[in-house]
Amino acid sequence: MPLNIVVCVKQVPDSWAEKKLNEADKTLDRASADPVMNELDEYGIEEALRLQEAHGGQVTILCMGPEKAGETIRKALSMGADDAIHVVDDALHGSDAVATSAALAAALGTVEFDLVILGSESTDARMSVVPAMLAERLQLPQMTFAKKVDADPDARTLTIQRQTDDGYDVVQSSLPAIVSVVEKINEPRYPSFKGIMAAKKKPVATLSLTELSIEPATVGLAGAWSGVNAFEQRPPRQAGTVITDEGDGGTKIADFLVTQKFL
Amino acid sequence: MSAEIVVLVEHTNGVVKKVSFELLTLAARHGSPSAVIIGAGAEQAMADVVRYGAAKVYVANDAALTTSVVGPKVAILNQLVTSASPAAVLIPSTAEGKEIAGRLAVRSGSGVITDAVDIEDGIVAVQSVFGGSTIVRSSVTTGTPIITVRPNSTTPVEAAGAGEHVAVTAELAPSDTAAVITDHVVEAKGGRPELSEAATVVSGGRGVGSPEGFDVIEKLADSLNAAVGASRAATDSGFYPHQYQVGQTGKTVSPQLYIALGISGAIQHRAGMQTSKTIVAVNKDPEAPIFELADFGVVGDLFAVGPQLTQEIATRKG
Ligand SMILES: Cc1cc2nc3c(=O)[nH]c(=O)nc-3n(C[C@H](O)[C@H](O)[C@H](O)COP(=O)(O)OP(=O)(O)OC[C@H]3O[C@@H](n4cnc5c(N)ncnc54)[C@H](O)[C@@H]3O)c2cc1C
Ligand SMILES: Cc1cc2nc3c(=O)[nH]c(=O)nc-3n(C[C@H](O)[C@H](O)[C@H](O)COP(=O)(O)OP(=O)(O)OC[C@H]3O[C@@H](n4cnc5c(N)ncnc54)[C@H](O)[C@@H]3O)c2cc1C
Repeated sequence: MPLNIVVCVKQVPDSWAEKKLNEADKTLDRASADPVMNELDEYGIEEALRLQEAHGGQVTILCMGPEKAGETIRKALSMGADDAIHVVDDALHGSDAVATSAALAAALGTVEFDLVILGSESTDARMSVVPAMLAERLQLPQMTFAKKVDADPDARTLTIQRQTDDGYDVVQSSLPAIVSVVEKINEPRYPSFKGIMAAKKKPVATLSLTELSIEPATVGLAGAWSGVNAFEQRPPRQAGTVITDEGDGGTKIADFLVTQKFL
Repeated sequence: MSAEIVVLVEHTNGVVKKVSFELLTLAARHGSPSAVIIGAGAEQAMADVVRYGAAKVYVANDAALTTSVVGPKVAILNQLVTSASPAAVLIPSTAEGKEIAGRLAVRSGSGVITDAVDIEDGIVAVQSVFGGSTIVRSSVTTGTPIITVRPNSTTPVEAAGAGEHVAVTAELAPSDTAAVITDHVVEAKGGRPELSEAATVVSGGRGVGSPEGFDVIEKLADSLNAAVGASRAATDSGFYPHQYQVGQTGKTVSPQLYIALGISGAIQHRAGMQTSKTIVAVNKDPEAPIFELADFGVVGDLFAVGPQLTQEIATRKG
């Protein structure tokens, strides 16, 4: 049995850049850093492609984000995904996690799938809540923080290793299910030249809020259920003492730890 | 009587994690702290949470509630949101805690804020974002504020609470138990404190060079009763297991003391540790960016400085 998979992909500011908030509306300043694909989502795409190689089926990218996020969608397609859905609507600007999950859930309602794969966390807001929220909204098994995924499409079952603080849990469910992946699950492939060329011709469907039957007032900054009141830069750390080891570096650290009352 | 603030207690078979006491202390500043203890051992955990101020303790002493991924915990909390109309729900900002918060927000029709480091009057959450470079004050405007709070954000204060015992059970939806935990595999190495909770963290990077090299890191950690962390270069190279990674795509830690050995201090590593109170670094490259953060730095070989430090600590502790 083939396995149809949707991979949720978010565009984020490059993690090498210092990120900022906009003074005006206190949302992420996306112009101040290069937009890239959320790195953990590359692992989600890779896992989907591996499952496709094993079982067959379709890999669809789902991305909510501004026009510019089209570049991230192309990258996902050039890695090998078949097609994409781009949820794009100016009213979505400033959406909180609750609204984001509502829009993604509505978009998932427009396709047939056996699995939805997400990254376990975005590198910008780092909330790590969207996969669980999708499981809640769609009433599907929450198979999150996976470091290993085994699907049996014929038996309609899924087994994962869910990463925990001291090891992992083995978790089982039926299909369809919501999966999120951690970094060490695989090694994402780079898009090949052929892949990049092919991606240009792959279909990308755009969906607006109207098409998803979502009331614009319930999403975006105005519809958010939580909001930023104020923000400030943390003062930079005071520079400390740096010494060169002359055979007594360890002793010097111990002296320092004594002055700081750690010893 | 002031409104209840519901705190989800994190525990393992009745052994309560320190973060739960921190949250109870924080809750007491803004209302009447109610502890929620779910799973096997809940009764044993009771005395501890009362010692840290719980005026009410909701107890769901049922091992079956922890054999599915987060769903049953969400069901119990959602029930309490409805029945107790709390001023807020506080949940530890751990991987699982955030998932519980996310689902609870959707189920109860509430806004959610993650990774708070403090809560101010009027239930305003103080968040430290972008790796600690920006401080944000935010509030929930719809429903019950669901807030996850980072471990090590508050000093727990003992204060005997009334400890009224309230037994609770949950009405579970099929999807609450749809992801079934069939086995729990422990890979942790030797009885160290948990990384996100530890008061001291000793981390090794690519400079440690090999899995065997981490012996130096572990010995130093043990001399300080510290947790062991690692950079992504170290976990990627297989020197140390992934769950110990500190940084952007690993754990965020905020200990009293963070010691980095053989770590350059890339922005994504700093994102996970730069709110540590005191930072010590050992690196053989004087230009390494980690020294910009360090309160005390030694330019030198970690294989010389590390063991000497371990030795010195042992001597001084007598
Ligand atoms: C600094 C900062 C702080 C914020 N704090 C809050 C807050 O406290 N409360 C709140 O409700 N909102 C907050 N937001 C808004 C929130 O980040 C967005 O709503 C976001 O889309 C969801 O959170 P996340 O990116 O952290 O998702 P995560 O839950 O960390 O993302 C996990 C996975 O979900 C998928 N995913 C997430 N977003 C998308 C998308 N747009 N398109 C496709 N797939 C996606 C990806 O696969 C991703 O790997 C904050 C934003 C910023 C920049
Ligand atoms: C999206 C994204 C997410 C990331 N997430 C993370 C993350 O979560 N955590 C993380 O750590 N990184 C993360 N990274 C990677 C990060 O950019 C760095 O590559 C990584 O932190 C480097 O690890 P390191 O400092 O151990 O290695 P290096 O940068 O190679 O530094 C090794 C250091 O060891 C020193 N050294 C070598 N030998 C010795 C010796 N004998 N004694 C003393 N010093 C010695 C060297 O001088 C050098 O400074 C991420 C990157 C990206 C793009």
